[in-house]
Amino acid sequence: MTTIAAEGAPSYISAGYTLRSWLTTRDHKRIALLYGVSILFFFLVAAAAAAMIRLELLTPAGDLVDDDTYNKLFTVHGVVMVWFFLIPSIPSTFGNFLIPLMIGAKDVAFPRLNLASWYIYTLGGLFVVVTLIAGGVDTGWTFYTPYTTMFSNSHVILAVTGVFIVGFSSIFTGLNFIVTVHQMRAPGMTWFRLPLFVWAHYATSLVMVLATPVLAMTLALIAIERLLGVGIFDPALGGDPLLFQHLFWFYSHPAVYIMILPAMGVVSEVITCFSRKPVFGYQFMVYSLLAIAAVGFMVWGHHMFVSGQSMYAGMVFSLLSFLVAIPSAIKVFNWTATLYKGSVRFDAPMLYALGFIGLFMMGGITGIWLAALAADVHLTDTYFVVAHFHYIMVGGAVMAFFSALHFWWPKVTGRLYPDGWARAGAIVMFVGFNLTFFPQYIAGYLGMPRRYHVYPPEFQVLNVLSSGGAVVLGVGYLLPLLYLWWSLRRGRLAGANPWGATGLEWQTPSPPPTYNFASAPRVEGPPYAYQAGGTDGR
Amino acid sequence: MSHFERFIAEASSAAGQTDALLLALTVVSVLVVGGISLTIAVFAVRWHAGSKAPRGPVPDRSRVAEGLWIGIPLLVFLGIFIWAAVLFHQLRTPPPGALAIDVVAKQWMWKIQHPDGQREINELHIPVNRPIELVMTSQDVIHSFFVPAFRIKQDVLPGRYTTLSFTPIRTGRYQLFCAEFCGTNHSEMRGTVIVMSPSAFSDWLAANPGEGSLADQGAALFREYGCSGCHGASSTVHAPKLNGLYGHPVMLANGTQVTADARYIRDSILLPASQVAAGYTPIMPSFKGQVSEEDILKLVAYIRSLSVAENQP
Repeated sequence: MTTIAAEGAPSYISAGYTLRSWLTTRDHKRIALLYGVSILFFFLVAAAAAAMIRLELLTPAGDLVDDDTYNKLFTVHGVVMVWFFLIPSIPSTFGNFLIPLMIGAKDVAFPRLNLASWYIYTLGGLFVVVTLIAGGVDTGWTFYTPYTTMFSNSHVILAVTGVFIVGFSSIFTGLNFIVTVHQMRAPGMTWFRLPLFVWAHYATSLVMVLATPVLAMTLALIAIERLLGVGIFDPALGGDPLLFQHLFWFYSHPAVYIMILPAMGVVSEVITCFSRKPVFGYQFMVYSLLAIAAVGFMVWGHHMFVSGQSMYAGMVFSLLSFLVAIPSAIKVFNWTATLYKGSVRFDAPMLYALGFIGLFMMGGITGIWLAALAADVHLTDTYFVVAHFHYIMVGGAVMAFFSALHFWWPKVTGRLYPDGWARAGAIVMFVGFNLTFFPQYIAGYLGMPRRYHVYPPEFQVLNVLSSGGAVVLGVGYLLPLLYLWWSLRRGRLAGANPWGATGLEWQTPSPPPTYNFASAPRVEGPPYAYQAGGTDGR
Repeated sequence: MSHFERFIAEASSAAGQTDALLLALTVVSVLVVGGISLTIAVFAVRWHAGSKAPRGPVPDRSRVAEGLWIGIPLLVFLGIFIWAAVLFHQLRTPPPGALAIDVVAKQWMWKIQHPDGQREINELHIPVNRPIELVMTSQDVIHSFFVPAFRIKQDVLPGRYTTLSFTPIRTGRYQLFCAEFCGTNHSEMRGTVIVMSPSAFSDWLAANPGEGSLADQGAALFREYGCSGCHGASSTVHAPKLNGLYGHPVMLANGTQVTADARYIRDSILLPASQVAAGYTPIMPSFKGQVSEEDILKLVAYIRSLSVAENQP
């Protein structure tokens, strides 16, 4: 298991230590780290807002903050988590870092565009920071009209501009990945030899490129109505508020798949590695990813069953929503089958990945509840929905992010973290997550509406449970920050391939040299050539 | 009634059916999540690294498995889809003879108008076991009328009517929530639905007389706004007569046909040029911005009364 890179080639980290060397880099790996630092910042901002929300909801009365502040807190939590953390989270960091490595390329197809997309992200983020300093925005991340365009007295235009701008970084990243996967694959790396992580990002990129422009147009229309008074969404001006919802969800439902497809890619890599078996039904997994991306474009109306949309439109969207759940179910079945007669190890990345499967299943199956029309009538706009999408986005996407972080940390930094602490962190996060969000399913079934600053006292017990769980979840997030930070200087050296994993990224030193490989690798066989039962799987 | 009632009341005819669906979903979810979690746990423990369990060669794909993994979820999902869609269709089909009550939402209150002219704010008094149809609109932003005990919810939009029908089956006081975020005091936009026995309800109606029935108030407005100048019985202007109009089909100038319901009448008052009746010139002015939502609902009640009166022997 020796590395094929020439010894002594400087790693991408030692290629330059000045701030300038980082801010002008075109190395996909350095850009991935720039993104990593940025999304960590925004994650902490949005998490702070969530902490305030959970504190406020400890009591039914509005005693910590006033109404408007509360509304701004959940808006900033949603806007920042969705657009400045979740959407770029796995693609812009691990996707950026790993796709060229996994396909045996020197870099992405457009390195300058890659750096530009980080600057665009940062500019969008700056608008959000200015929005916060100026006093915030209170529309909810969904920007429903006509409230957003004609009634809100907060900084709508600033916030919308920030989201508009950050959308372009998404589009550029997606474009870059698509061209990279088409054009930069190493000799022998055929389409059906691509790791599922790459396939997942390919599918994600298609969604990013096709859906995000619709968001940009929708946000521009908000600005036009709000600034110029042109009637688009407000009936008082001759507009149609449901038009906004159709446009918004045409982007925002596929956006959920922008968050979850890369997570599925991560989990596929980790499960096979720690089962020491090829992933079960590789091609089936690929087609499932593509099916989710494609059908995901046709289900947006399930957010609108009680909006005043026609009953028959509701039925069509309901049926399509059930269909889009099938490829997700297939993936869960295939991950399970991958464990069968494997040689399963429980390292931290695997614990996070197994946690992902459990929480994603919960989120997915409650998605079925919400796709079922009559059930949705009762459950929509309650905490049931809040619990459902947090199981998908936090239980799913964030657990997978941490799985990726622990799996590829040795590759990115060249260091190993303390394994015991990392396993404990995974368990604390899983438990804390369930304590926080499971009570919200019950509160939602009992009728507690979402976005409620003050609430009827009978919901207090569930809210206290949820807030208590959030403390455990918070510890779960802090632990990795601490031991990963510690590992940067004190961790054991990882070597090129600490997990005994297949995949080209493990065949170059950790951290990899600037151009990834000393010579272009040649791929001879399918991915995941693991042998279960072997001593170390090789 | 059933299992769920311990948690929240099942106070409408739909609530028990929705709960049965939710119970089925719960059972399916527990079986699926529990079954797969258990399978994962068994596989992971039995074949953990270093275990002596037999391994042997296993296929890395299986067409049979792929077929089952599409087929089984598909069948289960189709069953749930059909069940839920049928219930949804029932929810959306107003029962005949429903008592129509108007709801006007605004930041941050619910205003109710009963047909006999009773008005209330953040309270809705209704008789038990009688189908109710709410005709709802908003004066400003989108709100949503949500009564958990009835398992019903419908967004309330500015600029149009949405309707919500249900039959309360149990007397009592039930919470009404605004479920669509509507600004500063969204979480305080709450009310109470009071379901009463028929006799208590008629006592309540008698004890809270309004300023005449909505139709009578609408008749006065009909003259006040000058509608009668063209649409009145003695008018010489060539305008559609409104007797017997409500609930009947109207041929439009563009060749299509619509039913003259509350929505059509509202649009005809505010946007008269949009749906011109066949055989008439579009000379009616718009009353947009001049008539409040409450007054429009009274005019609708009046025009509806012109048909009801005619149908009676």
